[in-house]
Amino acid sequence: MKSSVITFPGSNCDRDMDVALKKFGFKNKMIWHNDNELPKSDLVVLPGGFSYGDYLRCGSVASKSKIMQSVINFAKSGGLVMGICNGFQILVETGLVPGVLLRNKYLEFICKNVFVKLDNKDNPYFKNLEKDIFKLHIAHNEGNYFCTEDQLKEIKDNNQVAIYYCNNDGKIEEEFNPNGSIKNIAGILNKEKNVLGMMPHPERMIDSCLSGEDGSLFFKNLLNNIK
Amino acid sequence: MQVNEKLAVEHGLKVEEYKLICELLKRTPNLTELGIFSAMWNEHCSYKSSRLHLKKLPTKGKKVIQGPGENAGVIDIEDGDAIVFKIESHNHPSFIEPYQGAATGVGGIMRDVFTMGARPIANLNSIHFGSTQHKKTKNLLRGVVHGIGGYGNCIGVPTIGGQTCFDRSYNGNILVNAMTLGLVKKNKIFYSKAAGLNKPVIYVGSKTGRDGIHGASMASASFDDKIEEKKPTVQVGDPFTEKLLLEACLELMAGDSIIAIQDMGAAGLTSSSIEMASKGKLGIEINLDKVPCRETKMTPYEIMLSESQERMLIVLENGKENLAKKIFDKWGLDFAIIGKTTDTKNIELFFNSEQVAKIPINILVENSPMYDRKWKKTKLPKKNKIQKKDLKNLKILDVLKKMISNPNVCSKKWIWEQYDHTVMGDTIQKPGGNSGVVRVHGTNKAIAAAVDSSAVYCWAHPLTGGKQIVCESWRNLISVGAKPVAITNCLNFGSPEKEENMGEFVECVEGIGEASKYLAFPVVSGNVSFYNQTKEIGIKPTPVIGGVGLIKDYTKMITMNFKSEGNLVLVIGKTEGHLDQSLFARTILDEKNGPPPEINLFNEKNNGETILKLIEDNYIKSAHDVSLGGILMGVSKMCIEGNVGIEIKKPDSLLSEFEYFFSEDQGRYIIEISKSDIKKVTSILEKNAVHYDEIGTLVGKSVSFNEKTIVPVDELKSYNNNWLKDYMR
Repeated sequence: MKSSVITFPGSNCDRDMDVALKKFGFKNKMIWHNDNELPKSDLVVLPGGFSYGDYLRCGSVASKSKIMQSVINFAKSGGLVMGICNGFQILVETGLVPGVLLRNKYLEFICKNVFVKLDNKDNPYFKNLEKDIFKLHIAHNEGNYFCTEDQLKEIKDNNQVAIYYCNNDGKIEEEFNPNGSIKNIAGILNKEKNVLGMMPHPERMIDSCLSGEDGSLFFKNLLNNIK
Repeated sequence: MQVNEKLAVEHGLKVEEYKLICELLKRTPNLTELGIFSAMWNEHCSYKSSRLHLKKLPTKGKKVIQGPGENAGVIDIEDGDAIVFKIESHNHPSFIEPYQGAATGVGGIMRDVFTMGARPIANLNSIHFGSTQHKKTKNLLRGVVHGIGGYGNCIGVPTIGGQTCFDRSYNGNILVNAMTLGLVKKNKIFYSKAAGLNKPVIYVGSKTGRDGIHGASMASASFDDKIEEKKPTVQVGDPFTEKLLLEACLELMAGDSIIAIQDMGAAGLTSSSIEMASKGKLGIEINLDKVPCRETKMTPYEIMLSESQERMLIVLENGKENLAKKIFDKWGLDFAIIGKTTDTKNIELFFNSEQVAKIPINILVENSPMYDRKWKKTKLPKKNKIQKKDLKNLKILDVLKKMISNPNVCSKKWIWEQYDHTVMGDTIQKPGGNSGVVRVHGTNKAIAAAVDSSAVYCWAHPLTGGKQIVCESWRNLISVGAKPVAITNCLNFGSPEKEENMGEFVECVEGIGEASKYLAFPVVSGNVSFYNQTKEIGIKPTPVIGGVGLIKDYTKMITMNFKSEGNLVLVIGKTEGHLDQSLFARTILDEKNGPPPEINLFNEKNNGETILKLIEDNYIKSAHDVSLGGILMGVSKMCIEGNVGIEIKKPDSLLSEFEYFFSEDQGRYIIEISKSDIKKVTSILEKNAVHYDEIGTLVGKSVSFNEKTIVPVDELKSYNNNWLKDYMR
């Protein structure tokens, strides 16, 4: 299976994503932001980092970069596009997924392990996963998901919430919400379920000595789903 | 502007130094030249008060590839790999503007490391603040933490460890020391020594602005009431540009175009150009019209003294200009050929087709002043006799709760959760343990690193204190299973012009040297920060040691959390009951006098090597060195991290409970072993003549002493975890 990871100036999880994808059997290519065309891909990943320094709204400049037109077309034709952390922020800025990402509630960067609960498995990313609760890692300053009430209703009606922050028992409550996200939302899908944006980094949980392997489960499953 | 004595003094030069300049030049310098001298001859850049003493430090060793004198030190970690590392201070700017001061401190040290061709793989920091009651402390702490995170997180280098201390002696002068480690192939290390004539001198990175002018001079003076006015001397960081500069430089370094490379740090274009030429025994010619400027009408003086960040100077091979330019264009960075190397041994500057400065380089470097400052020896204080009656009314549980939530002991999670410590996917030991540990990407090896200071010990007796921090660094590395390889030091002191402060410096350095020599733990890089002083009040002497160690097989790494019920806990090393200068004496008894605990280098080495042997043989399940607060602080933290309780029994001895559990004798570790291994472990310890006490068994979820006093681990955890969070919110 072929994957492409986009490197924007300021991306800093691009290598980590490359390592993770290759570890689980993807043939991955690194794509420069200034390229015009995406190579043939089964999966496109927008990695974490601080694209263009995030000096404007996070992800806004990257969403207008050259390669993104090609990524947007790929997504609109049903291709799988996944944005992690800064990648999620970029997806929000393109409008491929609804809502916005505000600064964290306490205005502090947060780097720690969290638990997330899958909301539905009716999508190519989580289909066939045996567990519902995953231990993943977050590292961000702007992960406080927000949308209007109408948007929230639409998101829920369409089963677009991908994951919620929760505790190790899967309880979704405010005290387990690390950043103030509305309804504890940690990740969102588009209506068609081929575009996924989420704050947690599965690529940082692919080794037992890196505080967990739930990321490995995610990548292995994703590869099998695409095959 | 008329250059005279008065102007020279305003530039931070002494009258005699100005006279020496005129004598060496055989004329009066012009303004630009005066600026260059002030930049090169200030304490921060010239090490004029410290050079004489730093020479005595052991800097060589089997694993040392590069010692002090380059942008950073380099050690061999086998298989063709090397680690480049250094620690540096950014104290003065961080007090004036905490966010930018701390951020650019991190940016500067990372540049020092990737200038040598290494990709940064880990950051650490040591930060010291005033009393938690002081009105500025909270804002300074918040600003510094945000600044460190803001820069490091953006670059994508994990911050894997650090230390945070509070003491009223930092009320007017905080310390921000940042350390970076980078990974490089041994045969791809880049140096700053220029070579060859008529080689193009290239400027890359950000444009030059008016920020940070005289930054290095500001960092070479004490503070007074008008320190806020110095804000314009603080540089402004742009981590995004640094990330691009890092990637662009490493891309260029993959080829063979670079002869020499030097980042523009303190004293900017001045010191970088002069250092490269000086090391190569060459001259250098720079056309200042070619320097990319952010602002209009910048004068030669401003261009030469600007400390704008994220800039590099490169001496290229002839004919490689286009290739190099293409790389920097790709990353959207400025690239300009601004000059060439010459055989004149002068630095010559041109602006608007006119020569605006011409100074022989040896005058600026070799002939720069070096002082043998007067210093005063500190006598070893008399031992306090702590009276039994002082201890009579104390309850061990009250003491434990008070100490575990002490600002200098409590969990610093609030801080390190704001630093990305997992990016790059190789952090196998997070902050909060004895050392941070990162894997060497794609190998079985790992690198451990720790930063330590013990200002209280250094203040009480600098010689002992100097030895102690080297030993503590050594123990922190050993506690995670790493073989200590080398250290970097950041020497933070008050004014060298005061005999007491200079004495503290001289004796701390002597202590550091003695311990690092004995332990074969050489100093490969470092930095001196004097004038951490406001008016007449200086900080406690605070040398900070950054230690680096190698773990050959990372699956053997040890962590500090207690692992399983039923296991035994031993204290390695002898507990003598030394309470003077301990946290217990200072915070519970309010007793500030007396000598620090004695250092016995033989025991230190022997105990450490024996622990490594026990780790090698897979006997140790968890380990922690005994440091601030003594055995009970260490054991409590291991319980908290492991979420498991312990039944403690004080071994029979003449020591009281307080002396046994809270004394800070050196050379000790707490280890957890399996019950079935006890005979094998003790026979190894006895064979190596290492003292040990068996102090308890892991059981349940509470800590209990002598079957009398019991406290749930969860309760200790909330005392330990909540203090800082509550203080900051």
